[in-house]
Amino acid sequence: MIDILVQQIFNAMTIGSVYSLVALGLTLVYGILHIPNFAHGALYMVGGYMTLIVMLETGVHYLLAIVASIFVVGILAILMERLVFHPLRNAPPTHDKIAAIGMMLFLEALVQLVWGAEYRPMPTPFGQVVEFFGLTVTMQRILIIGTAIVVMILLNLFLKKTMVGATIIAMSQDREGAFLVGINANKVAMLTFFISGGLAAIAASIASPINLVFPGMGHLVILKAFVIIIIGGMGSIPGAIIGGYILGFSESLSATFISNDYKDLIAFLLLVVILTARPKGLFAKGVH
Amino acid sequence: MEKVLTNRNLSMLLLAIAILFPLFTDNQYVLHIFSLTFIWTIAVHGLNLIGGFTGQLSLAHAGFFGIGAYSVGLLTVKMGLNFWLALVLGLIITTAIGFVIGLVALRTKEHFFAIYTLCVGYIIYLLLYKWEELTEGVRGLIGIPVPAPIGPITFDTPRNQYYLLLFFLVLVIFLMHRIMNSIIGRTYIAIRNSEELAETIGIATMKQKMVSFVLSTFFAGLSGGLYAAFVRFIGPDISYISVTFDMLMYLIVGGMGTLSGPLIGTLLIVWLSQYLQFLQNYRMLIFGPLLTLLIIFYPRGIAGGYQMWRAKRYMRKTQQLMQPVNPVSMKEEK
Repeated sequence: MIDILVQQIFNAMTIGSVYSLVALGLTLVYGILHIPNFAHGALYMVGGYMTLIVMLETGVHYLLAIVASIFVVGILAILMERLVFHPLRNAPPTHDKIAAIGMMLFLEALVQLVWGAEYRPMPTPFGQVVEFFGLTVTMQRILIIGTAIVVMILLNLFLKKTMVGATIIAMSQDREGAFLVGINANKVAMLTFFISGGLAAIAASIASPINLVFPGMGHLVILKAFVIIIIGGMGSIPGAIIGGYILGFSESLSATFISNDYKDLIAFLLLVVILTARPKGLFAKGVH
Repeated sequence: MEKVLTNRNLSMLLLAIAILFPLFTDNQYVLHIFSLTFIWTIAVHGLNLIGGFTGQLSLAHAGFFGIGAYSVGLLTVKMGLNFWLALVLGLIITTAIGFVIGLVALRTKEHFFAIYTLCVGYIIYLLLYKWEELTEGVRGLIGIPVPAPIGPITFDTPRNQYYLLLFFLVLVIFLMHRIMNSIIGRTYIAIRNSEELAETIGIATMKQKMVSFVLSTFFAGLSGGLYAAFVRFIGPDISYISVTFDMLMYLIVGGMGTLSGPLIGTLLIVWLSQYLQFLQNYRMLIFGPLLTLLIIFYPRGIAGGYQMWRAKRYMRKTQQLMQPVNPVSMKEEK
């Protein structure tokens, strides 16, 4: 019993790490532009495919392929901001959601056209099984948890300790104030989208070896990421991280102790309960 | 001449064409596609009411469509009820669920509402998919009977089904027309334009949004129930998010917040999809960017664009008449 519990806690950490990374990208964009980017799941999906394809086509190492994927998806995200969200910055709130949905449908169809609709496994050099504090786990799962923690620390350092990072924080705190002190809104928006795309690419690349790569892989992930940022407060960075792990734990434990069939429902039930009690989400800021 | 081409006469003409059309063709395929178009248009009208007129983008619409379809399917197949009784019960079930969800969902606003309804839609899909004891899961429901005959009128030929669906569509359009030309319709538009402002002038926004939302689920349920009896096979896929996105596309192309938009958009895209059959799953390569480009450059859609064009022409004409009398107003217009 205790063995299963420890194993499940480890699983929860793995799932939670992936969720947190995706939610972080989503929450960063929401913090800056107040756009819920419905196309974020498509970025996640493209990230998974890029790593897989770069690895298969050029034969480079898994980790190098991830770096390539980060740049491709990051640039794709910048393009999305420039071509779609920037022209819509003054439109009614319904419009950018619909535009994002259009982008998502397009990217999914494109990936399906180019690489097919099959579920594809992603090879990983970290497949070996190791004993870890009495647990039998694959290296890949350790890599997921490790990478997520390192990325989160780096992101935090970047946002808190560098001038460029501080502009992102400044703009999410107070748009007009940021303009007043001379922050270039376009540059910050592009940078934020790049980071957001990069985080999605990392999350997809490290999660794919234990899941699979297919055109619809972003659907559930993005829905859950939305649940997370609502739990953690839209735009809040620590909220996204904590929310990701909360969801990871509740899913993993309910899959073991309640029913594996309905484990995907947990996230949504959690959301329904939270929004019923607090229509603006937990930890909502006073403004807006 | 100008007076002949009023909206009213145009609608009557279209209706006459729609009624006479099956008398001149025996092409079952064409009738089938038109019948499907009518079904989807009813659902899109629901989406238009809550999303286009009231300004609350509900992404659970396919979910309610699915509830309507499954209610009718289960009541007729598993309980052997008469179709009409099943349709009425199905509508009651759908609107009751819509009411409960609306009570909670409408407390949230804007992004939260969209995300909340998106998740509600997904929950409905998951339930239809996983609750195998009730819904047969991924196998779907097979052998749903065609609508039972009313007196001497039977509904087992494509032509009669076409007329039945046309009847419901006309009913829905008439209803929408009456709603939007009444004070209630104005109320919805006021809420869309600014909820705070609407509240200040004494509109009970929550109550009005509830009515709008429940009505929209009613249309979705009606459309779903008709779909079940028309296609006679339903699977959980009909409630998937992508169906909501399809409906949204019909609406955007036709024109959000217009009365003729749903019909125009659905007709156009459903027929276009038929010609793009060879693209199959890749049709989103065209429709995805189309959706994005339309919302950026032409958010009014076809019907909205036409309205705008007429309004501008009307304004120019009145300005020409008013020019010598009141030049000031023209300056303001510019």
